[in-house]
Amino acid sequence: MEKSKLLTAYRKMRTIRDFEERMHVEFATGGVPGFVHLYVGQEACAVGVCSQLEGNDTLLGTHRGHGHALAKGVDARRLLFEIFGRAEGLCGGNAGSCHVHDSSVRYIGANSGVGSGAAIACGVALAAKTRSDGAVAVPLIGEGAANQGVVLEAMNLASVWKLPVVFVFENNGYAEATGSDWAIAGGELWGRAAAFDMPGVAVEGHDFFAVSEAAAELIDRARKESRPAVLELRQKRFYGHFEGDAQTYRGDGEVDYLRSERDCLTIFTDRVIAEDWLTKEELAVIDEEVTTLIADIYEEVKEAALPAESRLFDNVYASPY
Amino acid sequence: MRNSANTRFDMAAPMGAHMAEVTLIDALTMAMAWELEHDPRVIVLGEDVGVNGGVFRATAGLQQKFGVDRVQDTPLAEGMIAGISIGMAAQGMRPIAEIQFMGFIYPTVDQIINHAGRMRNRTRGRLTCPMVLRAPFGGGIHAPEHHSESTESLFAHMPGVRVVIPSSPTRAYGLLLAAIRDPDPVVFLEPKRIYRLNKQDVEDNGKALPLDVCYVLREGSDVTVVTWGAMTFETLKAVDQLARKGIRCDVIDLATISPIDYETILESVQKTGRLVIVHEAARTCGVGAEIAAIVAEKGMYDLQGPIRRVTGYDVVMPLFRREMDYMPSVGKIIDVIQESLED
Repeated sequence: MEKSKLLTAYRKMRTIRDFEERMHVEFATGGVPGFVHLYVGQEACAVGVCSQLEGNDTLLGTHRGHGHALAKGVDARRLLFEIFGRAEGLCGGNAGSCHVHDSSVRYIGANSGVGSGAAIACGVALAAKTRSDGAVAVPLIGEGAANQGVVLEAMNLASVWKLPVVFVFENNGYAEATGSDWAIAGGELWGRAAAFDMPGVAVEGHDFFAVSEAAAELIDRARKESRPAVLELRQKRFYGHFEGDAQTYRGDGEVDYLRSERDCLTIFTDRVIAEDWLTKEELAVIDEEVTTLIADIYEEVKEAALPAESRLFDNVYASPY
Repeated sequence: MRNSANTRFDMAAPMGAHMAEVTLIDALTMAMAWELEHDPRVIVLGEDVGVNGGVFRATAGLQQKFGVDRVQDTPLAEGMIAGISIGMAAQGMRPIAEIQFMGFIYPTVDQIINHAGRMRNRTRGRLTCPMVLRAPFGGGIHAPEHHSESTESLFAHMPGVRVVIPSSPTRAYGLLLAAIRDPDPVVFLEPKRIYRLNKQDVEDNGKALPLDVCYVLREGSDVTVVTWGAMTFETLKAVDQLARKGIRCDVIDLATISPIDYETILESVQKTGRLVIVHEAARTCGVGAEIAAIVAEKGMYDLQGPIRRVTGYDVVMPLFRREMDYMPSVGKIIDVIQESLED
């Protein structure tokens, strides 16, 4: 992989990690409105997939979407403003953490009605196919949502209609508190692909290189042949389903193990240095820049203006209401 | 809400060029064909809409004329049909999705309520959903329950979603064109009992009729009667019989079920002092309840007596043997209008 791409990938993963770790702290002190679902531990999944997307490809995120948005190139400051419900947020402070949307980078509204993104992605892919611009649509789907009927309906349709969709299942082990080993018959999502006449691949989601290589092949095929595929990424989240989750479903020492043995940032750093692809100094520069960025935007957001009250009735319909 | 002063509407359309005498369902086909022809963003999709031409023939001939890319058959999966339409709409296309019967529309509710109706609002207009979800609804064709129900109030309860119901070939043509061109999602419910009940001269000129307004079908100063869909037929029959006895009613076809044009209704009640609402849907939480509530709130002192409703019952839509017992009949409507005059 080109050096610039490696630097971009590292910067994105580091930004997501710091953005979310700070969110964890802020939430505990009561500074964050509403619900948040953190992506810590899964950074290599979205960043690995997005490393293979072109500018006109669309990513569809989920409720655990801060990392999805950042991986697709959404501006961290305006994302944070959105999560805090500020007027300058990506959607005017109206969408919040769970439904962030940014057309400018083709990141389609995160989706907390889980599973719907799979069907919506088919529509996005059909629009791309109609435009003949070679774009692909990539819905990220949690393994819990994978059991929604509409996901299976979408996979079937994508295959029948030959749509350029890569269904990326982020298997983080738990649908809220329900273990995927119990809830998924057969235990594997990638295996479902064969039933819908499409290729299916599973890789470890803590390994940026494994994710990006698998994504490259499937996305390239979708783009060239206009055919769907399934990519299952296995990597547990480091935090709870939502901030405040007591996580009684975790095994003893599970999070300690994840942080010491399956941290995508450590694994990425060790690899790029061992292979002489990047230097410690280059990474340190990014670390410092990201630290400053996160500190700055978290300071700024607390003083930022809230949306005007009169906006309550705006945008229910296009016409005045 | 838009002012409805200019929407007085007569059942008899004026004669003109390209006029054809068509049924309500023919008018729907004409509207879709016009829009497929003139707007490359329009796509028709649904179960059996392509090769087969649709279970009620609404899309007959469209795939042959416009090709498989514009008129696409889907697998049987209503939730997905709605979901893919949302994705297409969000990307600038104009999908017209068909659901075969109202009873099969419920898998789409998740998509319509959670996404279609909310995209504009949650993103402050950055992502929109100009799609049409068409479905035949209502009873009277001797079909089983989920082929016969009228559950429009489910969708009327969803902010951001329009619910539109035509009740004549002219309004079917004009309102479907308007629905397709509307920048927001429209659930377009078609009264299938009157798909082929009568014909009207409809000019195939691509002219849409306004949404969000009622259509006044008869004018009179004694009683206001609000109705929609197939029930406009029974209501007009009832009102025309009463007219022979000298009782004159305003008959208002609601047409856009949500958001409702209350101005036209309140203006009429101001004139008549009496309100009867006729709908086929079950009574509890039917759209009639909402109209009654608003008139009670805003037109209370214009009323000379209680608001009355002639509706279906709070039961599962009965099989054909008892179907007509369920439906509001001409006789029931006449009785209730006369009752209201005794107040």
